[in-house]
Amino acid sequence: MPDDLILETRDVVKEFRGFVAVAGVSLKVKRGSIHGLIGPNGAGKTTMFNLLTRFLPATRGSILHRGEDVTRLPAAQVARRGVVRSFQISAVFPSLTALENVRIALQRPLGTSFRFWAPARSLSVLDDRARALLGDVDLAALADVPAGELPYGRKRALELATTLALEPEVLLLDEPTAGMGHEDVGRVAELIKRVAKGRTVLMVEHNLSVVADLCDTITVLARGAVLAEGSYAQVSSDPAVREAYIGSAA
Amino acid sequence: MTGRARRVWSGQAIFVAWATVVAVGIVAPFVVYPVFAMNVLVMALFASAFNLLLGYSGLLSFGHAAFLGSAAYVTGWAAKSWHLPVLVSMGAGVAVATVLGLLFGVLALRRSGIYFAMITLGLAQVVYFLVVQMPWTGGEDGLQGIPRGTFLGIDLGNSFAMYYFTYAVFLAAFWLIQRTIHSPFGQVLRAIRENEPRAISLGYDVQRYKLLAFVISASLAGLAGSLKAVALQFATLGDVAWQRSGEVVLMTLLGGMGTVLGPSVGALLVVTMENYLSSLGSWVTVITGTVFVVMVMAFRRGLVGEIKALFARRS
Ligand SMILES: Nc1ncnc2c1ncn2[C@@H]1O[C@H](COP(=O)(O)OP(=O)(O)OP(=O)(O)O)[C@@H](O)[C@H]1O
Ligand SMILES: [Mg+2]
Repeated sequence: MPDDLILETRDVVKEFRGFVAVAGVSLKVKRGSIHGLIGPNGAGKTTMFNLLTRFLPATRGSILHRGEDVTRLPAAQVARRGVVRSFQISAVFPSLTALENVRIALQRPLGTSFRFWAPARSLSVLDDRARALLGDVDLAALADVPAGELPYGRKRALELATTLALEPEVLLLDEPTAGMGHEDVGRVAELIKRVAKGRTVLMVEHNLSVVADLCDTITVLARGAVLAEGSYAQVSSDPAVREAYIGSAA
Repeated sequence: MTGRARRVWSGQAIFVAWATVVAVGIVAPFVVYPVFAMNVLVMALFASAFNLLLGYSGLLSFGHAAFLGSAAYVTGWAAKSWHLPVLVSMGAGVAVATVLGLLFGVLALRRSGIYFAMITLGLAQVVYFLVVQMPWTGGEDGLQGIPRGTFLGIDLGNSFAMYYFTYAVFLAAFWLIQRTIHSPFGQVLRAIRENEPRAISLGYDVQRYKLLAFVISASLAGLAGSLKAVALQFATLGDVAWQRSGEVVLMTLLGGMGTVLGPSVGALLVVTMENYLSSLGSWVTVITGTVFVVMVMAFRRGLVGEIKALFARRS
């Protein structure tokens, strides 16, 4: 049943000046699932994210959201359709406070973002919601700290809060636990599980215990192609997958 | 520093900035020649408009003279040949600068970084060429003897009256720039400057925000040009020349880009040097050049930027 699929690629190819980073990937992400995208370094996972969110144009192939072709839409428009990504390297607005970071996401639907004559306090109607979102990721106490001064794990949490402020239908998370201490990893994994309710999550993740714990379906990429797909038990027992992982020492 | 202290501090900083600007502006014509003071104000407005783009949107335009100069010529012509009231003449100048700003913005924003800067420079050169070619601009002489007219029955021919008129316009524009920086729109601009991909991923059409910032900046640069034509009573090729575009970069960096007062301080420095050193002839450029190099090496953040950093460390 096709409308069961919220996000789909058909034979999508991405070449960088002759170098093939993604070599004809057909990915099917089911609505409501937590879908893992794993694979050794340089497999093309981030490139897949860039293609899905239109941050990079596909060389060939097509991308569908809710069955509609979005292969040529501008990136911002894909985001407004509810397909929102995070970044492998934490993406915050460093000089803005944590609260202001979340407010940037909240203010767009307000429709006043072009009002250069409106006073700063016109945004304070969003403060309560922003604080609630920060509370969800245990950042309430740090609301007035500039994002650039937050420790790494807290930045990632802030990024998640900002993304969630858009109430996205599909969340694309690129290594949400990378570079985190053990405690933060557990906390973020719990958070993802919680926010995934009623949403679809596609996540790139190197921490396999997080993947095993969270993901319903896993796609393994290697050298730009799909190597295996299925549940964690299925892909982890696949000999080709084992070889790819041992081969890259991941 | 806690968030509350930070807010109080930034509130104090804004108050201090305003109090300084207002106090200095009121006494200025009693301390220096009004014409000199007006020249400083006009350039301060020009640099503040430029800073809205460079400091708060991260876009380096190298063609801002086109907006200043075209507005100066149009205002001068409207006042001199059509005898239009001063506000109408100035409005015409600003309108032309705004339209030019839209045109420049649409074309230049197709590229970024150095290519963006070069497109603005190229387009400004086209405007320069047009000004040289068109018969009504007076060629090498420019427009001279532009009448100041009256405002609310007050004769602006009087230097003090003209000064306070200029000052009022400056304050209004300065206020609008502050308001813009802190508006919902200004927040988005900051977000785009700090992390453009992230702003896109949050659904912002960043090009449209940059275009609006460019147009506002061009309009205000035009307002500076219109004001200059009326206050100093002439418009010359120097106002549309590329050197003027370079000078505004210099003023902004000297004072501190991305600071509220920096561009005005930079304008004061540059205009003062040009004015008091003018007897030295072409050595002025050597001296301003040297001062610029030394200042940028010593104070990377500009004068106001360094002072701000100093206070931020101490508190
Ligand atoms: N903009 C680009 N220009 C040229 N080559 C690129 C570009 N982006 C990615 N690549 C190349 O494409 C390949 C896939 O990169 P990608 O970032 O998608 O890998 P990844 O699976 O996300 O790896 P990692 O686990 O290290 O994040 C790599 O060989 C990379 O060098
Ligand atoms: Mg990656």
